Amino acid sequence: MASMARAATTADAFNAVAEPRRRQILDVLAGRELPVNDLVRMVGLAQPLVSKHLRVLREVGLVGVRDQGRQRMYSVNGRPLKPIHDWVKNYERSWSQRFDRLDVVLEELKQIKEENHGDGE
Amino acid sequence: MAMASSGTALVTLPTDTQILITREFDAPRHLVYKAWTTPELIKRWWAGDRGEVTIAEVDLRVGGRWRYVMTANDGFEVAFHGVYREIVPNERLVSTEVFEGIPDAEASAVVNTITLTETDGRTTLTSLAEHPSRGIRDMVINSGMEAGMQEAMDHLERVAASLR
Repeated sequence: MASMARAATTADAFNAVAEPRRRQILDVLAGRELPVNDLVRMVGLAQPLVSKHLRVLREVGLVGVRDQGRQRMYSVNGRPLKPIHDWVKNYERSWSQRFDRLDVVLEELKQIKEENHGDGE
Repeated sequence: MAMASSGTALVTLPTDTQILITREFDAPRHLVYKAWTTPELIKRWWAGDRGEVTIAEVDLRVGGRWRYVMTANDGFEVAFHGVYREIVPNERLVSTEVFEGIPDAEASAVVNTITLTETDGRTTLTSLAEHPSRGIRDMVINSGMEAGMQEAMDHLERVAASLR
């Protein structure tokens, strides 16, 4: 069991969120704090698996935990995702610039269409 | 005349090998399809702020080839080509995409699926790119980063020039 967890251990947030189930856990935890039992129910995985993923997420700082009475409450810390966000944003910007130009082309096509329909003054 | 301002592209990474781009346009989908597939129109938008499209060839039929060549602002020429795999006019376009500048380019071919859905005269475009590996997917995103930095440098250069 320990070796399984070891194999899944990853060094940074990029690798930690490469696994779809861990992204799912982050989605479920977004904006709220949950005990592991609730997470298990909402993610639909066996508790050992959820715990394994939580351990990986905690190691890269994406998930925090605090004790509340007898429960351990898990929550998301988005800061380690910032480099990923920045990385994708640059790619997004170059597409946004393309699409801004496509907007101009589309405006013209709409004008041409109106003229062809002969419903101008 | 008001300019269509439909916001920015939204980029997400649904899986390790995919890039999903979503954008809404203030135009019916047959016009978006036309702008997406007509060479003289492609030339006007495809390079964005990065340069000029010098060649846009489109053989719009299943098995037909496309090829775009762009001269980037720094004078460097980049070319992409691919083959159309599936064509549903105004709705869906599946094609391969090969970046000609890298070794073993054909093995790095990306499969792009474009879908257009129209609501009340507005069109939502999704572009799903499936890459052969996570490494290639990440390389594609990195190229956007380089372009972003290049644009930043260009802007900086203009600002610097205006200060003289």
